[in-house]
Amino acid sequence: MASRLLWASRAASYLRISVFHRGFSTVLKDLKYADSHEWVKVEGNTAIVGITDHAQDHLGDVVYVELPEVGAPVEQSSSFGAVESVKATSDINSPVSGKVVEVNKELNDSPGLVNSSPYDKGWIIKVEVGDSGELKNLMGAEQYSKFCEEEDAKH
Amino acid sequence: MQRAWVSVKPRGRGGFAMGLPEARKLGIPLMNLVRFKGLPILQQLHLEERLLRTSSDNWCIINDGTDQPTIVMGISGKPAELLEIKSVLCDHIPVIRRFTGGGTVIVDPSTIFVTFICNKDAVPGLQPYPRPIMSWSEQIYNKVFQGIGDFHLRENDYVFGNHKFGGNAQSITKNRWIHHTSFLWDYEVRSMAYLKLPERAPEYRLHCVKEAKQVSWRRNLCDLSSNIKHASWVDFTRYSNQYKARDHLEFICRMKDFMPRSIFVDRSVEATKTHFLLRSTESENIEAHSGTKFCHSTRLLTKQELEAAAFAAPSEGALSQPCSL
Repeated sequence: MASRLLWASRAASYLRISVFHRGFSTVLKDLKYADSHEWVKVEGNTAIVGITDHAQDHLGDVVYVELPEVGAPVEQSSSFGAVESVKATSDINSPVSGKVVEVNKELNDSPGLVNSSPYDKGWIIKVEVGDSGELKNLMGAEQYSKFCEEEDAKH
Repeated sequence: MQRAWVSVKPRGRGGFAMGLPEARKLGIPLMNLVRFKGLPILQQLHLEERLLRTSSDNWCIINDGTDQPTIVMGISGKPAELLEIKSVLCDHIPVIRRFTGGGTVIVDPSTIFVTFICNKDAVPGLQPYPRPIMSWSEQIYNKVFQGIGDFHLRENDYVFGNHKFGGNAQSITKNRWIHHTSFLWDYEVRSMAYLKLPERAPEYRLHCVKEAKQVSWRRNLCDLSSNIKHASWVDFTRYSNQYKARDHLEFICRMKDFMPRSIFVDRSVEATKTHFLLRSTESENIEAHSGTKFCHSTRLLTKQELEAAAFAAPSEGALSQPCSL
């Protein structure tokens, strides 16, 4: 838990946002969240995308990340890649539509960054956003936190 | 989610004929059951990937053996790390990279395949993540192997005792998931020689190859530091067990030593019925359940790819050397 607080604080500092804890998985304020457990940070026309702490915790140790090609189009709520955790591949869905402008090549050698630093060093792609209006379809931190609690409570 | 309803008729003596199994059918989801015998594993995987991605139904696919020995790697499998490529090339063993995660298997007509493809809400209360799905599958097979062998799910494998006979893999999309298993009903010893020992092995595969070296010594802390006023004896013990992964033949076992083939398939179907209302579907009718346009990621690796992998792996040696007879 202490290490989670440490990297959450570092991630928050890097992204210049504040943090609150939902008790178990960490949720960062000022990010937007998809119901498929991806986060997005929009800076001007560019969006940084990754999977949430809730997602990485439920998936287990990530051993491989399938990244898209730079230049590939992405569509909101559609799959653009996958993470492999031991026996399973799990789709990663884009929270925004646009074009991939950068992928995190560090994940090729260190896929575990998705587990250890999901909001910072474990970012997955950067997207040139096509329609910023799509962000209204996403959840804020409090809403996402509640969403995760309800999802966990149902099962 | 599809649900099927069963009508209930009262018996002559009064009361309802509906026993517990029938009552449980009320509201349980529908699942299409498709059975094959000897379907090539590449075709099976293509079908599964297409049904996962384009169908909205639940599916159980049972393939009783594939047509020829074939190596199947997981999505991130690297031939140089996982295979004895020279032997694979010499003996013309096909190598497939599949769309699900997990490790490498060599399958043949003795292998039995059982696959579940489900909507994420098909199993009430089941979270669509790897571990819960894996645990759910154990419930199914607990019924299949009830009273037979020391069956359980160990880490992510089906075992009797600590010997693996079933390997699992999964793929999870936004709204659906697949869990498929290859069961070693029997296997050829020589086939295992095509596979290297994997770098990532489950812990239960490890066994101790060097006895614990116990070194104990005691130090009086007063001797270590004059600042310590009260004498304390502290035990320091160091163990240096050395562990190594069991090789293939020590690690796996044959399901045929525990259960006849047909009994396993029948029991698997019966166990699945406790969760789903099964509807047998002919393979010719599958096209109607899924979209027609689909691009598979599962594919056969080319000879050139395997040769390039062998060339890049220093331990493989020269490919130009003749294959052994």
